[in-house]
Amino acid sequence: MKALVYAFRSFGRELRSGEVLVLLAAVVLAVGALTAVGFLTDRIGKAVARQANEVLAADLRLRSQEPIPESWRELAGNHGLRTADIVSFPTVVYAGDNNALSTVLAVNGAYPLRGQLRIADELFGEQRAADGIPPPGEVWVDGSLLARVGAHVGDLLGVGSSQLRVSAVVTYRPDQSIGFASLAPTLLMNEADVAASGLIGVGSRVRYALLIAGDEDAVSDFNDAVKDQLPDSLRLRSAEESSERAFAAADRAQKFLSLTAVISVLLSAVAVAMSARRFAHRRMDPVALMKSLGATQNFVMVVALVQLTLVGLIGVVVGSAFGFGAEALLSWILADIIQGDLPEPGLGPVLLGSGSAMVLLLGFALPSLIQLRNTPPLRVLRHDAMPPPPSRLLVGGLSLAAVAALLYRSVGDPKMLVIVLGGIIVIAAALYLVGRMLVASLGYFRSGVGVAWRYGLANVARRGRASAVQVVAFGLGLTVLLLLTLVRTDLLESWRRTLDENAPNHFLINIQTHEIESVTDIFVSRDVPAPEFNPLVRARMTLINGESVKERTYPEPDAKWFVNREQNLSWAAELGDSNELVGGEWWPENYSGPPLVSIEEEVSLETGIKVGDVIRFEVAGQEVDATVASVRKINWDSFKPNFFLVLSPGALDGFPTTYIASMRVASQDRPVLVDLVRAHPTISVIDLESILSQIRGIIEKASLAVQAVFVFTLAAGIAVLFAAVQSTIDERRFESALLRALGARKTVVFAGVMAEFAALGLAAGILASAGASVLAALVATRLFDLPYTFNPMVWVAGMVAGVFVVCVSGYFAARSAINSAPIDVLRGAKA
Amino acid sequence: MSDIKKGASTVLSAHQLSKQVSSPEGTLTILSDVSFDIQRGESVAVVGPSGAGKSTLLALLAGLDLPSSGHVRLNETNLSELNEDGRARMRAESVGFVFQSFHLVPSLNALENVMLPLELAGNRDARAIAREIIEKVGLGDRWSHYAAQLSGGEKQRVAIARAFAADPAVLFADEPTGNLDARTGANILDLMFELNQNSSTTLVLVSHDTVLAERCDRILSLDVGKLVSDTRTAA
Repeated sequence: MKALVYAFRSFGRELRSGEVLVLLAAVVLAVGALTAVGFLTDRIGKAVARQANEVLAADLRLRSQEPIPESWRELAGNHGLRTADIVSFPTVVYAGDNNALSTVLAVNGAYPLRGQLRIADELFGEQRAADGIPPPGEVWVDGSLLARVGAHVGDLLGVGSSQLRVSAVVTYRPDQSIGFASLAPTLLMNEADVAASGLIGVGSRVRYALLIAGDEDAVSDFNDAVKDQLPDSLRLRSAEESSERAFAAADRAQKFLSLTAVISVLLSAVAVAMSARRFAHRRMDPVALMKSLGATQNFVMVVALVQLTLVGLIGVVVGSAFGFGAEALLSWILADIIQGDLPEPGLGPVLLGSGSAMVLLLGFALPSLIQLRNTPPLRVLRHDAMPPPPSRLLVGGLSLAAVAALLYRSVGDPKMLVIVLGGIIVIAAALYLVGRMLVASLGYFRSGVGVAWRYGLANVARRGRASAVQVVAFGLGLTVLLLLTLVRTDLLESWRRTLDENAPNHFLINIQTHEIESVTDIFVSRDVPAPEFNPLVRARMTLINGESVKERTYPEPDAKWFVNREQNLSWAAELGDSNELVGGEWWPENYSGPPLVSIEEEVSLETGIKVGDVIRFEVAGQEVDATVASVRKINWDSFKPNFFLVLSPGALDGFPTTYIASMRVASQDRPVLVDLVRAHPTISVIDLESILSQIRGIIEKASLAVQAVFVFTLAAGIAVLFAAVQSTIDERRFESALLRALGARKTVVFAGVMAEFAALGLAAGILASAGASVLAALVATRLFDLPYTFNPMVWVAGMVAGVFVVCVSGYFAARSAINSAPIDVLRGAKA
Repeated sequence: MSDIKKGASTVLSAHQLSKQVSSPEGTLTILSDVSFDIQRGESVAVVGPSGAGKSTLLALLAGLDLPSSGHVRLNETNLSELNEDGRARMRAESVGFVFQSFHLVPSLNALENVMLPLELAGNRDARAIAREIIEKVGLGDRWSHYAAQLSGGEKQRVAIARAFAADPAVLFADEPTGNLDARTGANILDLMFELNQNSSTTLVLVSHDTVLAERCDRILSLDVGKLVSDTRTAA
């Protein structure tokens, strides 16, 4: 109690005197960086998830071939969720004498729950965001439907027994990739018009969907509640499974942001440990005095703990405010680019920041304070009396536990935790060893250099262990900074590569074999590069190794759905360039033997189908047995047409075949598409541009966040350098004064200090370059599935940055020591 | 004081105290077989040349350090039998210090420095007592100043106020005037002896200043770790 009162009272005095400010600054920085990163990743994460949900036009989508029972709608309502319905069916649409098959989507008011419809007033005209859905009596249709029936916006279309007016061309539906393979162009109508059309009757091929969206927690509650009680007739889809590409990008973004947060945490930890050491060291004299006046060890400990908690609390409050302000500033700066649609941040990051601050203080500041507890009271008489150093087991154990706890909280991924933690420990140990060797070897150079360098090198050598520790600290900071630069560049480069400007932006589907030549001619006549054509044959899977696909058991429940659906088969002589063989062998050139099939990796994993298995397909009433020859991994980011199942050439000869094609059409070449659909009304053109810009938007946001976060990490790294120099500032101040008292000019003192920093910086730079290269390779290949190429510039950058950063930071940190007056030597005695 | 029985009036006793430390050159004997008793209210000067072991003896007497052999009894308690916290409690209850280099806590102002031992001893009236004693040492108008804002003599006055604040049984002073000029030093000594006379505190001074030593009741002379003389002064 006594200690508590004393701790509170003296803390105020400590604050006023500025002694505690160094430690406090380190904690504020740590919390500030953590919460700013947290706020930002939180909001970016929400934005990515929201955007990914657009692909479903909802958060969840229930599908059925029968009307969805009202009870599901009520259940969703009970969870506070919004719902919308889609009824879809194929029908023939008439315009005068012309007609064409169309897929009707009848929607009601709230559609789409996520994302927005985009429409244009004419074929391939300027598109804009639609306000709601077509009013009753009107329809919005795909451009190709208009082309097929020769109609224009404003004309009437016969849909069943109704006449509905075309009021717009649909250019983008958030969920247009769902039912992607349906060949007929879409007609969007109001649900209110369905009954009058008389189109839904017994035997109609109608599909029903219930769209569900709402608060994140409510959606997940609903998902948990229903997923085990869904009847076979109902299928539930969430955004994750429907939008693999967007989620792959989002997942990478989150992993990367986590990594960045981890690095900020580590740097903050180093800064906290260093400033706590200095804080404890500075408090040794008062503690010795208090003990000589009768303070017990417990008293010292309680005072230290209470003050530590106070530092933590103030750090959390000031740091969170700082972090929140920084995030607000960032969002404001980025508002134009990200169109201000970042969701509000949650309070989670503040909790994370607070918890982390306490863990940081306990793990990294506590050992120093425990040492403080053992300060011998004899120190009041003999200033060299020091407490025994804290047990290595305690220091190591506490800090490792703290780092693991912090990393795990930020990363949430044990694999990444082990890689990052392991890498950092290995580098720290290597840095320390080489640091010691460097310190030992510097002695050899001392005779051959001038007075300033001799003084600088002597300082490095004399401080021995301390110098090695500084090399470790500088080196660690540099390692993570380099690592961040490397991984960041790798990651962004890879993203850019996968989504480069030449990615196809249009798909053509339903091309007949005899149309290929004419389609190519249309492109050539307009001087637009012709597309590549891929064959497509519809089939059903019936047997796997002689066993019915319906009875077989599969490793993943989703496989059942896959094997039962209609398959899109293709054939190819060569492995596509966005494919990579991961098992078996591709068939030889000019292969003409019995049918072979190559299967996609995920499908192979989910269904358990492996090389050597025999799959029986039913194609147009005939049976084809194909042996699985290889497993492929597909790079979906290429936006090229790809198939889960590709057969060997000749296997599907003679079966009804259509072709699909992908190509890039620049905006000025878009008239070629009008020519195309007029000449070939049965070919559907799918505009990928909107989907692409949707994904580019996600990546743009993610990389902006990464770069913003990078600034915080850099600040934390510099804080470590400051803390390191700060820990020797008293010694330096005295030495500078002594040197100057002995007649050294200021420039000599300055050069000596710079020589010392340059030597330390060079050593740290070399070691950091090596460490960062190894870690970057590990992180890139193991975590992000990206190829890593060795970059020699890292070494140049590492050494230059090492010398530069350490010298500049060192100068600012040691400025007061360099400038200390000779008279200070005489004032050596403390108050 | 003569009517108090010897056993009851002995406040501090050293019994065959020795202190050895290990050094690169081997074991170094700093104190060897030193014994004496100090009575309540006595003022004792420990004198001797540099390296005689004066400060080491002081550290052992105050329980800041432990002897290699022998023991110190403070208020009838053998300090060697206490652990560190026990010795700390003992100091809080019975010991005050004045140091050569003052040792004011730089982050505390003068008044707060004086309050420190009172707070450590759990005294609820710490502030009032500290105010009173800081007036006595003549710094009533400077109580809010920090160490850096005080002169050497003023710092030592604060240190003395702090030492007497908790009314200790024994006050140890290590070269209390060593960092002060002659005149300030004399003033400080006047103050110390005046406070000593107004209380029942026993004073143990370490000094090589013979003038100072002469003002004490008794002088213990050390040389190379041995007690070479124990004389009563005319004072």
